[in-house]
Amino acid sequence: MSISLKHISKSYGDLKAVDDISFEVKEGELFGLIGPDGAGKTTIFRILTTLLLADEGVATVAGYDVVKNYKEIRNHVGYMPGRFSLYQDLTVEENLRFFATIFGTTIEENYDLIKDIYIQIEPFKDRRAGKLSGGMKQKLALSCALIHKPEVLFLDEPTTGVDPVSRKEFWEMLKRLQQKGITILVSTPYMDEAALCDRIALIQDAKILEIDTPDDIIKHYPKKIYDVRSDDMYELILALNKYEYHYSVYPFGEFVHYTDKRNDFNPKELKDYLENKGQKNIYVEPTKVTIEDTFMELAK
Amino acid sequence: MKNENIIQVKDLTKKFGDFTAVDAITFNVKKGEIFGFLGANGAGKTTAMKMLIGISKPTSGEARVAGFDVYTHPEDIKKNIGYMSQKFALYDDLTIKENITFFGGIYGLSKNKITEKRNELVEELGLEKVVDELVSSLPLGWKQKLSFSVALLHDPKIIFLDEPTGGVDPITRRQFWEMIYKTAHEGTTVFVTTHYMDEAEYCNRVSIMVNGKIEALDSPKNLKKQFNAESMNEVFLKLARG
Repeated sequence: MSISLKHISKSYGDLKAVDDISFEVKEGELFGLIGPDGAGKTTIFRILTTLLLADEGVATVAGYDVVKNYKEIRNHVGYMPGRFSLYQDLTVEENLRFFATIFGTTIEENYDLIKDIYIQIEPFKDRRAGKLSGGMKQKLALSCALIHKPEVLFLDEPTTGVDPVSRKEFWEMLKRLQQKGITILVSTPYMDEAALCDRIALIQDAKILEIDTPDDIIKHYPKKIYDVRSDDMYELILALNKYEYHYSVYPFGEFVHYTDKRNDFNPKELKDYLENKGQKNIYVEPTKVTIEDTFMELAK
Repeated sequence: MKNENIIQVKDLTKKFGDFTAVDAITFNVKKGEIFGFLGANGAGKTTAMKMLIGISKPTSGEARVAGFDVYTHPEDIKKNIGYMSQKFALYDDLTIKENITFFGGIYGLSKNKITEKRNELVEELGLEKVVDELVSSLPLGWKQKLSFSVALLHDPKIIFLDEPTGGVDPITRRQFWEMIYKTAHEGTTVFVTTHYMDEAEYCNRVSIMVNGKIEALDSPKNLKKQFNAESMNEVFLKLARG
């Protein structure tokens, strides 16, 4: 196992940030921690990167104990925190050289590993890091986290606030790094990114809701979901919530995702009900379950 | 939604030195519409929005917001709009009650009106028990819902939302959108930027900015048809990648 947590807990005063969490990440796996702000994702990262001591439990990274062997871990992992943490007053190249030196290596020695990523910001290598755009900062931070050729890479919300194009590019980079044998633990609040991981842990309020492959998580969803739409979304949501057989009603883009309490639910009945409520152009059709549906069902 | 235009923009442009951040954009937003304003980081969204809310003077072009000209009446615009962003929301070290009172005062509401609005808002959000606690003690999702309501205290004609739901859990995110639907239903126009492409699909119409220009503007349904895409995410990727 590349990463292992057993019964890890951490509180800040009265606030339980991580509550008895256990999971394992295999060597070479791309593992996602999926959950909203405040779920406990960053605390888990800080414990695994030896920056914070857990109150309870044991954890190992690359075979080393996070408490006893913290120095070894620091040499074997790369960490990209959620907040941009490079030196704003150093240039792109100075930052990279600094991190290489700290880890007793050189940019040239491990250039192969970062080449794909660094080449995109190399034209700006004399620019101060503080003056870079969001997307470029992200690429520099990733280069700095990789320059000592870590076995395990920790990425805490690398794509938060980043537009869909840059997000897609970032995930393509991660896939390439994974192919080079690096184990990756990544967190994100974007549910659509969950599908890009080998396995994911859904996390909310300091607890893990479920761990599995994205496909299997979707399969575990207990209900049949219907897309419902009409001309007036607001009235539609109100009407669905008043329907006596409704189980869940969630706006989902241009549709509402609807599930019914009954096993023998007939969409025709729902259509009739909505028509009686004055809804027009009603559409009710079965639809595919997403990870977000599962997350909401588990978090209910 | 009515046919009356509450935002009218024609050839609106903003230059910083040689750099054209917003390049002659033209569009209208209807009263009661939910309008999605999308674009990649650095496409010019924030610059455009700053001109619309009266805090940045355009280099050229025309814009009328809530009936007022952005060049000559920016102060009137500010009185008639609400603004909420993920970054600036409420004062963490004031209580919920104090925040509402403070912003009510800023918006120039009378004491009685503030009390009335405050009671209404607290009841609607179910915050009765925590009204005297610090805002910092609220979960993020609640803060966002509260700051949305606070931005509506003065019954603005338009509310501008700048990435309102970043990092919020999926259930709260949906409750938030239900609040947006309700607001639009009651006649307030909603102008929203987001990086969640599924949220773009909640909007009546969506514009997508690329390099300072509006490259697409239509209902999500029509945009998907136009770009032969299954989702707004696909539309966005096709457009922004050229």
